[in-house]
Amino acid sequence: MSVNGTPLLQLDGCDTYYGQIHILQGLSIEVHAGEFVCLLGGNASGKSTTLKTTLGIVSPRRGRVLFGGEDVTRRPTSYRIQKGMAIVPENRRLFAPMTVLENLEMGAYLQGGGAKDDFDRVYGLFPLLYERRAQLAGTLSGGEQQMVAMGRALMGKPKLLLMDEPSMGLAPILVERQFEIIKEVHQSGVALLVVEQNANMALSVADRGYVLSTGRLVLQGKASELAEHEDLRKAYLGR
Amino acid sequence: MTDAERPTPNVPDSLTEPAGPAVGQDEWVARHAERRLLRGGRLGAVEERLRAAPWWAWLTVFVCLAALLPVGFSSGYVRRVAFDTVLYMLLALGLNVVVGWGGLLDLGYIAFYGLGAYCYALLSSNQFDVHLPTVATVPIVVVVGAVAGWLIGLPSWRLSGDYLAIVTLFFFQIFIVVVTNGDHLFGHNVTGGSNGIGGVDANVRPFNLFGHDLPVAHSGSFNVAYLYVVLAFFAVVFVLLRFVNESRIGRAWRSLREDPLAAELMGMPVNWLKLLAFSFGAAVAALSGTIFAALNAGVFPTTFAFPLLITVYTMVILGGSGSQAGVIVGAIVVNVLLELLRDAGNARYVFYALIVLALFGVYRLSVRLAVVLGGTIALGFVVHGIASAIAKSNVDGPANGENWLIDGLRHWVIVPRDLGPWKQITYVALIGVILLLTLVRGWWRVALLVPTLYLAAFVWENVMLTAPEATRFIILGAILVSVMIARPSGILGERRVEIV
Repeated sequence: MSVNGTPLLQLDGCDTYYGQIHILQGLSIEVHAGEFVCLLGGNASGKSTTLKTTLGIVSPRRGRVLFGGEDVTRRPTSYRIQKGMAIVPENRRLFAPMTVLENLEMGAYLQGGGAKDDFDRVYGLFPLLYERRAQLAGTLSGGEQQMVAMGRALMGKPKLLLMDEPSMGLAPILVERQFEIIKEVHQSGVALLVVEQNANMALSVADRGYVLSTGRLVLQGKASELAEHEDLRKAYLGR
Repeated sequence: MTDAERPTPNVPDSLTEPAGPAVGQDEWVARHAERRLLRGGRLGAVEERLRAAPWWAWLTVFVCLAALLPVGFSSGYVRRVAFDTVLYMLLALGLNVVVGWGGLLDLGYIAFYGLGAYCYALLSSNQFDVHLPTVATVPIVVVVGAVAGWLIGLPSWRLSGDYLAIVTLFFFQIFIVVVTNGDHLFGHNVTGGSNGIGGVDANVRPFNLFGHDLPVAHSGSFNVAYLYVVLAFFAVVFVLLRFVNESRIGRAWRSLREDPLAAELMGMPVNWLKLLAFSFGAAVAALSGTIFAALNAGVFPTTFAFPLLITVYTMVILGGSGSQAGVIVGAIVVNVLLELLRDAGNARYVFYALIVLALFGVYRLSVRLAVVLGGTIALGFVVHGIASAIAKSNVDGPANGENWLIDGLRHWVIVPRDLGPWKQITYVALIGVILLLTLVRGWWRVALLVPTLYLAAFVWENVMLTAPEATRFIILGAILVSVMIARPSGILGERRVEIV
């Protein structure tokens, strides 16, 4: 890796457990400012747990989580969000009986509900959300809900956006659109750490990738190189 | 069957596009607002008008009506029931914050009501010879309640749902044990034990506002000033909570209720929000407690027991948890019904009115409704005729709660002088037939309804009205079950929106 300086996010030898089950086994990854990193791996390889550890939903028994050079391992989730993390959770997890507008507001909870330019930015990215702003989030279609989830995460002006399976449950045409939007978000300067099953798609847009297997790092490198990697192709890309 | 004999399915030769929505054009969501099913005609127009009225208009109308109630009713009893209802509304509003908005199952809620009442009694009585003015006592008690709510809410950091419920229930039990045995608390008589704080010696002071004492009784009957006091508190609490709910905190509570993990992922201080909900609820409960203690000039541990907890929960759930208007309607329905059912004559009106309303609700104006009503009436006269022909003693039993309705009904429903074992048999049979009724459909149900209704009237007149105290809770329970089946989220509760 030729990226210099302190990484924006660094997981340093993290061991995470669910009860007695050892999930992440000494995992170390890093994401630099403005970088687009994807996290690949089969089922139960610890991808989502990596995101949970990053956000502080679970805390590692050993190892450290550093954000912007600061050790946030023992800090609560809200602190990390305030420092500039945001997440598009798996299955979106919108607040169904609340309107699109209220959902977006909740994304900027720590900023007091969002300033006008935050809304403008999100509506600029997703013009449809402006039309739907008074509609209950639960009544939107899957693709629209994904937009709300993205918009909600972007409301707090994150430095690092975590995404858990952004293409899950979307029609193929929407998956492509989704990744265009992700690229757009990335170009606006937000660092991305994306967990994705659709390895082809993820590697075609990401800068770097990590491959996990049963909680261990098995492969890392440039996305373009990973896409050509023999074992990976056999294991996940189906080519 | 050979291939030639098989009927050809009606499949067109080429792809056809029926008129209407076209492929690739998803306009369902865009027209979502227009697709709301509205009632047609005048009723629909009125409904739409009412829906458009802002909440403060409703509140103003309601408070004005309640304030004018003493003009129309001079009876101390009616005024007292009105006072109790508003006090229940206040309690329900507080519980709605914790349960309806915060989604926290707090079974210790009544403990805060009791805490408020006891605090008021201790701060303005001879118990410790402390007599603070009301304007000081009430804020102090509210703050004490809020702090207590905060502390009792602490387990909610790690617990939710039924786990939280059982822990808060345990706190409630502790409260009951402490106040009932509080006459030897570290060698001091603090709470007066099972006798409570009251009577001439304790002399719990009534409210004192603007330099005037508000005596509990005014020339022998309920002092209507307390109705105005509780109404004023109610209006203030309602508006305050409304603003809180429409603020960022209110929305955060709702998102917390919908999805605690997502709320945390958005960076909301989830634990702090939970404690805040507990605090708000407890403060409102404590405020209600002060009014209760002042009006009753005393506090007694038996008041703050499980039946009260269940009553307030019933109000919130029946009315629609999460909706302020809903819990108010719930409080009115439950308390007024329980009062009406106390008296056999009134209970009779309620019973038959509910049956007729329910039949109208299910069958509307249809042939079936006519068959059911006509059949039941005819069956009654036939049975009555046969029974009176056999023996006069079959129909001239004593009636409970004399009024015009029973005078008419006497010619229809049989009230034997002595029922003997039939009391139990008919009661059990009625339950059996009602259960059977849920299993059959269509005309079978209509046919079964006729004897069921007559049996219900028989059991009502002969069995249930002889024990009104138990009956009123059975009827309330039946209403609760039916309403919850018809409207699972309560009378005014919002339909749940699930992510699909």
